[in-house]
Amino acid sequence: MSHKLPRRARLVLYGVLLVLLVPFVFPTWWMVTSSLKPASEIFAFPPSLWPDDPGFGAYERVFDLQPFAQQYWNSMYIAVVVTIGTLAVSSMAGYAFARIRFRGQNALFLVVLTGLLIPSEVTIVPLFQMFNDWGMTDTHWPLVLVPVLGAPSVLATFIMRQFFIALPGELEEAARMDGLGRFAIYWRIALPLARPALAAVGIFTFLHSWNLYLEPIVYLSTPEKFTLPQALTQFTDSYGGPMWDVQLAAASLTALPVLAVFVFAQRQFVEGLAHTGLK
Amino acid sequence: MATLERAPAKAAGPRPRGDGPRRPFWTARRRETLAGYLFIAPQLLGSVLFVLIPLGLVFWYSFHEWNVLAGSFHGVGADNYRALADDPKLPGVLRATAFFSVGLVVLNLSLALALAVLLNQKLRGSIVFRTLFFSPVVVSLVAWTIVWGFLLQKNGGINAGLDLVGVEGPNWLRGETSSMISVIVVQVFKNVGLNMVLFLAALQGVPRELYEAATVDGAGRWRQFVRITVPLISPTILLTSIITVVGSLQVFAQIAVLTQGGPGNSTTVLVYYLYQQAFEFHHFGYGATLSVLLFLIVLVLTVVQWQMRKKWVFHES
Repeated sequence: MSHKLPRRARLVLYGVLLVLLVPFVFPTWWMVTSSLKPASEIFAFPPSLWPDDPGFGAYERVFDLQPFAQQYWNSMYIAVVVTIGTLAVSSMAGYAFARIRFRGQNALFLVVLTGLLIPSEVTIVPLFQMFNDWGMTDTHWPLVLVPVLGAPSVLATFIMRQFFIALPGELEEAARMDGLGRFAIYWRIALPLARPALAAVGIFTFLHSWNLYLEPIVYLSTPEKFTLPQALTQFTDSYGGPMWDVQLAAASLTALPVLAVFVFAQRQFVEGLAHTGLK
Repeated sequence: MATLERAPAKAAGPRPRGDGPRRPFWTARRRETLAGYLFIAPQLLGSVLFVLIPLGLVFWYSFHEWNVLAGSFHGVGADNYRALADDPKLPGVLRATAFFSVGLVVLNLSLALALAVLLNQKLRGSIVFRTLFFSPVVVSLVAWTIVWGFLLQKNGGINAGLDLVGVEGPNWLRGETSSMISVIVVQVFKNVGLNMVLFLAALQGVPRELYEAATVDGAGRWRQFVRITVPLISPTILLTSIITVVGSLQVFAQIAVLTQGGPGNSTTVLVYYLYQQAFEFHHFGYGATLSVLLFLIVLVLTVVQWQMRKKWVFHES
């Protein structure tokens, strides 16, 4: 299947791939270029691939209409805290389930795994009620605690466990001879070896938190506390219709930094995902 | 304990239970057990607090009438389940959910596999293509959905493009079928890159000699694909289909942003309906009943797919 293709076939293949790329790449291009267009040009016909008179008016209004910088910060710090928290919780649990023998291990692993079967949407009603009882609605606590400790981190624990199971045991034996305790073995031997798995889990945890939409709109009600996905949909005119230029500017601000990181680190993104036991 | 018994009991000394060095309480074994429990403690407590207890509560609430605004909460037996059976909107909701899930899973998996096969050819620049096909995965979901909403307007980019070639496009998000197809397509392009990468990794694990042998035997490319490729990557097909099916039942943001469940109720999928009942109409009891339904659907589908593994999946690594 992967012998070298003849020239004709190669050209056809390039053509097919280029056509297929359109719906993957064009929307992002359209988002950015349209956000630079004045509102009068945004639905102009024929459509222009590059604005005649690019301007940043829509971007200024993004910050005028909502506390957008604050909302940006909210999304950012929540995603970072959730990522670090998930990495800590899931790598420790994954390590223990893979490498430590203790009583009740299998039963407890099954208890944890039930989280894989329960989409967070199923438990949103009682979770809302719990956080309401604890006085935590309209705070960021639910957006941090549930992903780090609840169902979303279970998949991370599972991936970490699969990774640690495959580690050779000799390294740990040697470390134990040297008198290292369990935590030292985990911290100094196992974790450094797990860097690819940690990178993959970290990337996808970050994206999951960054994309969260149902939870913020359920828990949060003050614009200063909103996260980005929630804020994007709030740029509406007095009739409730979207202010397209402003929405697209805000969407570009949300999407471009992550895209830029991705372009630089695409190997870690793509290959990390493919080689972490998710195969 | 075993060592204690083996230690020979001699004359009574200050310690009556043996005169050897006293066995420390913290044996290696106990230390291991303690370490194990401490390591899993956060995840275990989290699972109990944020998964198992809420799951139990969902069932408990589903037997109650609970209006948050009115502050009323009382047991009603199976009334919510009777209401569920009689809910005139529910058949439409389940139809929309099935339409979305089937459409998404079929399109997503076949496109992912096709892209993976194309990118698995020896081709210069295939990493660039892979990166570009994957890029929507890292674009914020709501940002991605907003652009597509913009493109799908009556006078938006897609219809403008169609107009240039003389076709008049419909008002995509206002037609009952076209709105659902739009939501599916938006979601497929967003996330197909994930499955593509998983398939690509699986394809690279298929031994090349198999294809060479098949070519010698005169098997064509399609036959090789069906007889060699598909069976050998079937574990990955199973995994991606489980992930995609469960994911398809969780679709919410795309519906909320693109169609708000409309036109009519044509795109009101189960999670969106659950959200409306619980958080727009404040019927927590009925919302919990819909949650139970969602949970059972996910459970049944996962078990069924897991069972199919025995029949279909060629081998397991």
